[in-house]
Amino acid sequence: MSAERIELGPDEVRHVAALARLGLDDAEVAQLAGELQSILGHVATISALPIADVPPTAHSLDVAGALREDVAKPGVTREQALANAPDPTVDGFRVPPIGA
Amino acid sequence: MSAPWQKDGYEAVIGLEIHVQLATNSKMFCSCANQFGDEPNTNVCMVCLAHPGAMPVANSEAIRQATRVGVALGCRIPETSEFSRKQYFYPDSPKAYQISQYDQPLCAEGLFRVPGEGGFDVRLTRAHLEEDAAKMIHAGGEGGRISGSAGSIVDFNRVGTPLLEIVSEPDIRSPEDARRFLTLLRATVVAIGASECDMEKGSLRADANVSIRPIGSSEYGTKTELKNMNSFRFLERGIEAELERQLEVVLGGGTVQQETLHFDPVAGTLSSLRSKEQAHDYRYFPEPDLLPVHQTEAGLIELGSDLPELPAARFDRLVAAGLTEPTALALAVDAGLAGYLDAVATATGDLKTSANWTMGEFSAHLNGAGLSADQSPVTPERLAALIALVVDGTINQTAAKEVFGVLVEDAQATAAGVVADRNLAQVGGDDALGEIIDAVLAAHPEEVEAFKGGREQVIGFLVGQCMKQSGGRADAKALQGLLRARLNG
Amino acid sequence: MAAVDVIGLTAERAAAMLRAGECSSEELAGAYLERIEVFDPALHAFLHVDPEHTLAAARVQDQSGNVGLAGVPIAYKDLLSTKGVPTTAGSKILEGFIPLEDADVVARGNAAGLVSLGKTNLDEFAMGSSTEHSAYGPTRNPWDQTRVPGGSSGGSAAVVAAGLAPWSLGTDTGGSIRQPAAFCGLVGLMPTYGTVSRFGVVAFACSLEQVGPMTLTVRDCALLQQVIAGGSERDATCVGLREPIVLPEPGRLDGVRFGVPWAELEDGVDPGIRERFDASLKLATELGAELVDVELPYARHGLAAYYVIAPAEASANLSRFDGVRYGLRVDGPDLRSMVEATRSAGFGPEVKRRIMIGTYALSAGYHDAYYVQAQRVRTLIRRDFDAAFGGVDAILLPTAPTTAFPIGSRMDDPLAMYANDIFTLPVNLAGIPALSIPNGLVEGLPSGLQIIGAAHTENTLLRFGAAFEQAIGFDSVPPALRGGAA
Ligand SMILES: [Mg+2]
Ligand SMILES: [Zn+2]
Repeated sequence: MSAERIELGPDEVRHVAALARLGLDDAEVAQLAGELQSILGHVATISALPIADVPPTAHSLDVAGALREDVAKPGVTREQALANAPDPTVDGFRVPPIGA
Repeated sequence: MSAPWQKDGYEAVIGLEIHVQLATNSKMFCSCANQFGDEPNTNVCMVCLAHPGAMPVANSEAIRQATRVGVALGCRIPETSEFSRKQYFYPDSPKAYQISQYDQPLCAEGLFRVPGEGGFDVRLTRAHLEEDAAKMIHAGGEGGRISGSAGSIVDFNRVGTPLLEIVSEPDIRSPEDARRFLTLLRATVVAIGASECDMEKGSLRADANVSIRPIGSSEYGTKTELKNMNSFRFLERGIEAELERQLEVVLGGGTVQQETLHFDPVAGTLSSLRSKEQAHDYRYFPEPDLLPVHQTEAGLIELGSDLPELPAARFDRLVAAGLTEPTALALAVDAGLAGYLDAVATATGDLKTSANWTMGEFSAHLNGAGLSADQSPVTPERLAALIALVVDGTINQTAAKEVFGVLVEDAQATAAGVVADRNLAQVGGDDALGEIIDAVLAAHPEEVEAFKGGREQVIGFLVGQCMKQSGGRADAKALQGLLRARLNG
Repeated sequence: MAAVDVIGLTAERAAAMLRAGECSSEELAGAYLERIEVFDPALHAFLHVDPEHTLAAARVQDQSGNVGLAGVPIAYKDLLSTKGVPTTAGSKILEGFIPLEDADVVARGNAAGLVSLGKTNLDEFAMGSSTEHSAYGPTRNPWDQTRVPGGSSGGSAAVVAAGLAPWSLGTDTGGSIRQPAAFCGLVGLMPTYGTVSRFGVVAFACSLEQVGPMTLTVRDCALLQQVIAGGSERDATCVGLREPIVLPEPGRLDGVRFGVPWAELEDGVDPGIRERFDASLKLATELGAELVDVELPYARHGLAAYYVIAPAEASANLSRFDGVRYGLRVDGPDLRSMVEATRSAGFGPEVKRRIMIGTYALSAGYHDAYYVQAQRVRTLIRRDFDAAFGGVDAILLPTAPTTAFPIGSRMDDPLAMYANDIFTLPVNLAGIPALSIPNGLVEGLPSGLQIIGAAHTENTLLRFGAAFEQAIGFDSVPPALRGGAA
């Protein structure tokens, strides 16, 4: 498994973590930088393949998707909806202030 | 095009992004009811709450309605379209991605014509299906603003409602044209029944991309995005204000920054929504839980043949039939009134007179009573019968208006019945009119002398007196002829 | 009541006993629950067991007469939603979460009268090949408790191998049914993509995964597949079966053409595994089959493509765990810090790794080089298989290149861990079915033979599997558990 050299410094790791909303401490950032570098290095072995004209496959099924009839049906009650909520109010899901 | 916005050597470049909430029974990807105004978090299920393991299944009717809109807007409908995930974290998006469409939209490029004097074409980039976001209720903050609030409550009733996003090319050159374009587009969507398009309720939302450039330039300047202007008037005023702001920046030697702006219609000011936030990276990819949507040619032909007459075509037809452009336009964007007119005109065989009545007395009555055309007690048949009495000379305009008032009040009354009951038939015979004229001339010798002395305008007074004498029923035209003959004779 | 001896008991036999009145569903469930109590503390294969609930469900079946498979117990991977019963996906972020609905496969199990013994351990969100990445601690292999059971459906494999359940359901995204089946001496089926509903399966990589059976025999595998397969209104990608699943009878393989991708076996395969594989190829010819060399030139790029596509989909699928509607929340002064703290505390290292890979591969500037390129490779792998199936009835490969490895031995080397899936994950990329059956022991540890077919050839695979199964004559009861004392 030859690993190509991929540049993935702490700043880039932090940027990706921010996109993914993962709070990482410095030790995690350092460790992930190394791990991702080696995994992505292996993954990059396909990036050089001369296959630009090959159509990508997103689904392995070649059929059209099943559609739903437009009929409204009852879902769950508000009590059920809120039953798993970490911070429910009487009628909704509370989240902390959005922040500046 | 109306006069383009041009100042100090710069011109306006405007494109719109329009979100239309489709009027389906159920949501886009789950079976929860698609309705407005319920108690918070009561129209929800595992799918729209994004519970683990929940899967979307697309609403066939939303796809059908969206396709109809696309056809009506002159879009190309590709054989295959695809849903994608548009990723962003915010509590109004429970999956943290919105199922939308990316490089394979349901409706591809289109051309939308705004007809009439100063009409213009707007190219459409695309129209695609997506799901709406949840509602955030910001508690405790100053004036309901987001920042500084003590937290927010999320209501997921609206999440997953089907939206059609229509994106135009920047082909619009003035705020007024932006409004004209949106008015006609709205009318088109309403005409085919795909949405209520009520800006106040949020079932029609428009964002504008605004920039300026030196007149004659073919390049685009840096654009700003004006978000969610919730009325046609605010849309026009917001764009106007932003054009002025950009012009001031440029004339002052500065450069316009790309940003998202909010227009405050009360203060008339613009404020930046998120210039600080880093550029979005939505990380689109095809939604693996949904397979592509296929359109067949036969399906599209059937769908196209099923469309009602669209506003632009209706405008053309009405103008060709002799109506003025303003009248034709007013009817073109009001399917209810236009349908009413067509029914009246079919019965009378006289489109112009029918249009005058429909846009005159009938519209005034609807506005006064807060009714739509199909709710009025004055059915097309009843109005047509009234118009027939005017056209054949049985009654004059004054009497006809009185009859119309009775038709509104009494749903059982017929035009002919009212004319008979109230003795409103026009006094038009030479003998009858002659008697009235004799009496009036006898009563006003001074005016008769004045006329003969050359003050011809006195005839208006005498006609008025005769009309009064007839109880308003005299045939005004005949009366005038007879009177003149008598005075000159 | 006399305890039922459930060691090595197949579901087919259990159903027959129930129908014949030799035991009740309650007795049967009770026997398994007793074994769970004794053996599971060491194996740690179950995450959730509720004996009262199980026995009550068994009594309901006893009262309604135990027809067909009714009354037979089963264990469900804890990635499958169970209404009213905790479902964790092996993650801290879902600790305490109670689903509002059953997964379709669980609903089908209930409709068939199957009685749930509980929820089994797995790698967190099914991300792993050893079940060591469970937030609730690793599961041990009943054949050797110092070793992993494979993964991610390691709990579902261990419970069946240890006689703690007659059969179980797992999920397979890159080998997560077949590899643990191989490591634990079981039969496991990765069904054709779109034949089993994914509704209610906590999503890892939607375009790759399917639910499938993990059983002691090929016939049990067919029986359980009959229960779970079929179209669903709640999964738009589930088109169902093209033909009903048939119970296979063992027989000869005259005229069957098996493809063998020799080039793919040249390196990276343990000698013992290779020996067992070659022995089974010889058996195939003795049963009348013909071996044909097939080429799958892009299969070797499957690992790289898989480790872009699966994390990309996973990164989006796991974004919903934000502390707003369910699951863990770690408070913070504002929204963003709450979300970041919650996800940071709730996800384990392997899940974070994959979220990072997937986010990176989809991010601006890298999307085409990684994600789109991986999907092109996927196209080429599908074409490889299509071409191969033009000339052969099925393809044979080892299920995994090694036997079960020692717990902890690969935790520091993600790439080595991922490499264990090289023979299984091309199948997921192509969306085709594959059956893993026990292929004898290598130094006392089970190995697996993988039979791969074109889409919708499950019946063919099951028939071939039954033939091999009889010819190989594997004893699925681990030596330590023989003698049956519970
Ligand atoms: Mg949008
Ligand atoms: Zn819903």
